Amino acid sequence: MSDPFLVVEDLTVKFPTEDGLVNAVTDLSYTVEQGKTLGIVGESGSGKSVSSMAVLGLHDMRTARITGSIKVGGQEVVGLGESKLRKLRGKEVAMIFQDALAALHPFYKVGSQLAEAYLVHHPKASKREARRKAIEMLDRVGIPQPDRRVDDFPHQFSGGMRQRAMIAMGLINDPKLLIADEPTTALDVTVQAQILDLLQDLQREFNSAVIIITHDLGVIAEMADDILVMYGGRGVEKGPAKEVLTRPQMPYTWGLLSSVPDVHGDTASKLVPIPGNPPSLLDPPSGCAFHPRCAHVDKVAGNKCVTELPPLTAGPTGAGHLNRCHLADPVGVFETEVLPVIAPELLEES
Amino acid sequence: MTDVNHPPHDPENPAVTEGEELSASNEEQKLTFAQLAQTGHAPTELDPDAEPVLSVDNLKMYFPVKSSGLVRRTIGHVQAVDGISFQVPRGGSLGLVGESGCGKSTTGRLITRLYTPTGGSMQFGGKKQDIARMSNRELKPLRRDVQMIFQDPYTSLNPRHTVGAIVGAPLEVHNVVPKNKVLPRVQELLEVVGLNPEHYNRYPNEFSGGQRQRIGIARALTLNPKLLVADEPVSALDVSIQAQVINLLQDLQQEFDIAFLFIAHDLAVVRHFCPEVAVMYLGKIVEVADRESIYNHAHHPYTQALLSAVPDIKQAGQGRRERIRLEGDVPSPINPPSGCRFRTRCPLAQEICAKVEPPLLQIGPRHKVACHFAGEIGRHPATPVTSGLLGVDRQGSPDPAVTPQPIGTNPGYDKQWFDLDSQQMVSA
Repeated sequence: MSDPFLVVEDLTVKFPTEDGLVNAVTDLSYTVEQGKTLGIVGESGSGKSVSSMAVLGLHDMRTARITGSIKVGGQEVVGLGESKLRKLRGKEVAMIFQDALAALHPFYKVGSQLAEAYLVHHPKASKREARRKAIEMLDRVGIPQPDRRVDDFPHQFSGGMRQRAMIAMGLINDPKLLIADEPTTALDVTVQAQILDLLQDLQREFNSAVIIITHDLGVIAEMADDILVMYGGRGVEKGPAKEVLTRPQMPYTWGLLSSVPDVHGDTASKLVPIPGNPPSLLDPPSGCAFHPRCAHVDKVAGNKCVTELPPLTAGPTGAGHLNRCHLADPVGVFETEVLPVIAPELLEES
Repeated sequence: MTDVNHPPHDPENPAVTEGEELSASNEEQKLTFAQLAQTGHAPTELDPDAEPVLSVDNLKMYFPVKSSGLVRRTIGHVQAVDGISFQVPRGGSLGLVGESGCGKSTTGRLITRLYTPTGGSMQFGGKKQDIARMSNRELKPLRRDVQMIFQDPYTSLNPRHTVGAIVGAPLEVHNVVPKNKVLPRVQELLEVVGLNPEHYNRYPNEFSGGQRQRIGIARALTLNPKLLVADEPVSALDVSIQAQVINLLQDLQQEFDIAFLFIAHDLAVVRHFCPEVAVMYLGKIVEVADRESIYNHAHHPYTQALLSAVPDIKQAGQGRRERIRLEGDVPSPINPPSGCRFRTRCPLAQEICAKVEPPLLQIGPRHKVACHFAGEIGRHPATPVTSGLLGVDRQGSPDPAVTPQPIGTNPGYDKQWFDLDSQQMVSA
């Protein structure tokens, strides 16, 4: 085991707005090792994109208030100057965005956008060399006839091909960390399957660390080694993917699991929604941010869920699986109450 | 514009967040998980004897493609929907799934007659009249019965109208209640969809995405429709809100006996909501069947590929599972492939697929499939099952020795069907 490539510690991001201070991310800590994939799950406004943009230093330093520490390969990113950040972006850390059409410049050919990304970090390379590299990358991500398509404009590519081109751009400098922010949300399932396969093949080839941000639990289940669940700007559950998805310890994660119908599971299982809406980050609820929507508050004595923020600590199954919940026996509650409703077929098996 | 009803953010009372206004019942007394589970729904069941409320026969929509320049000649057609037939049972729901560009949204807009179809016919509610050919004036009474829920709750509500004006507009257009009765009806509807009835004076921007989608649903319900066309009604919503809206739609369906044409690309949501599902590819229905047949016994290679592409939560920690990989992209609907439209990406394609288009053949009591090599996954036949019916040989060339047999084109299901194992017509 090597040292983790990315270490995020107590990251807090706040944005002052006209309505007040938005607590986008609060005290977030996680690590990612080379060759591993971390999946970050959460709903809109849970802080998952904001936290990963901070890793690249993409927030406007004049307005955003960032505290805590982000170490990329040992180098501190928080407070780093723009010129040093530029050396980091693309070379050490690259990002793939959700909307490939918006992320590619419509006026420039796909090839020249790829070549530009290469030339930034290889100033001595010739243009011809950069173009050859661009063709090579397009070929690598499975675009047919790359030597011809390199001169196409983004609008001449289909949705799946644009996403491939963006992955090619992200990987052209062999980054050690790739952040994929909802990389397949805008795509059809068959194209999504192609892109996820591609991401996984490339990760094996380059041995890079990957952060995949999504709200799709199925994508997370198939891609991630570890999962971080975010709610209201904080990490609320963290652990190995299988643990988090089969024996979750946080009522919010239960709610996510019971809210999504399963295409492969039992047809008798019920869909139990989480009542209410995600919290306002301007004015987060007291205590546990999830308490206004949680159906298990009554199991904790002394109204603790409303008054006291639970710490993110190791749950009953060991140090690798952390939860932020006051429940004394979350696994027991999950198995006796939640599982029979959302997946009756699993009980019959065991 | 300031609104007197809008509560200011009160820092001393953090409990008042917008989320808690959503459902009044939750605010008063907190539900335990057991009670909450009672409000959840199991998937909708199929009623096999229900009469069709909508019957669509050989519906076509071709959009002209114009040349650029001064004289804009028509140089081709986008065959968005090309000869589809199906039925939606009264109070039931048919799911329409497929990838972007397959024509599922166009189908929804044809049924609500936002487009005039190029060909085909549609019957609504047992009447003989063909709504595909009606004029706008004739359509007005129909519009009461067929309403639509849109995908994007941010663009489908007019930001300058209050919720009351939005939900009440259909009442005024159709003159169904006197002016002084509009407000009580609006409030009743807001309550039905789980919003606070006192919020009729607010503007859409004061609501969250899930609440806006509820407003859109209330508007669709205003005239007591018999059929709702729901075009991706939950795909713009967060996961936890999706389940709320699906449950609401299930409640409404039971309470008001509304039929749904449920258009979505999310196969899991469709599986939960729709007892019957039609799969579309490039303007055609390739497979239509009840839930069990589609999800557990799909016979079309495209349906099988779609299902295998859906990521599985149970796969956690085991990496990506083996799947049917479809290479390349969907071909252009301006110039679709000859014969079977899926053949350019199909792992089973043979010569016959390029020559003869496979008919949508009924192969079970409630199962139709359009494939020459229809079969369950891994058990596709080596020879085309359709050649005897179509009067062609195995390569798809006309075979004078075989007489073609009539193939039912009924938009519903027949009592007789073609059994794939015995290669004969059988009945129940």
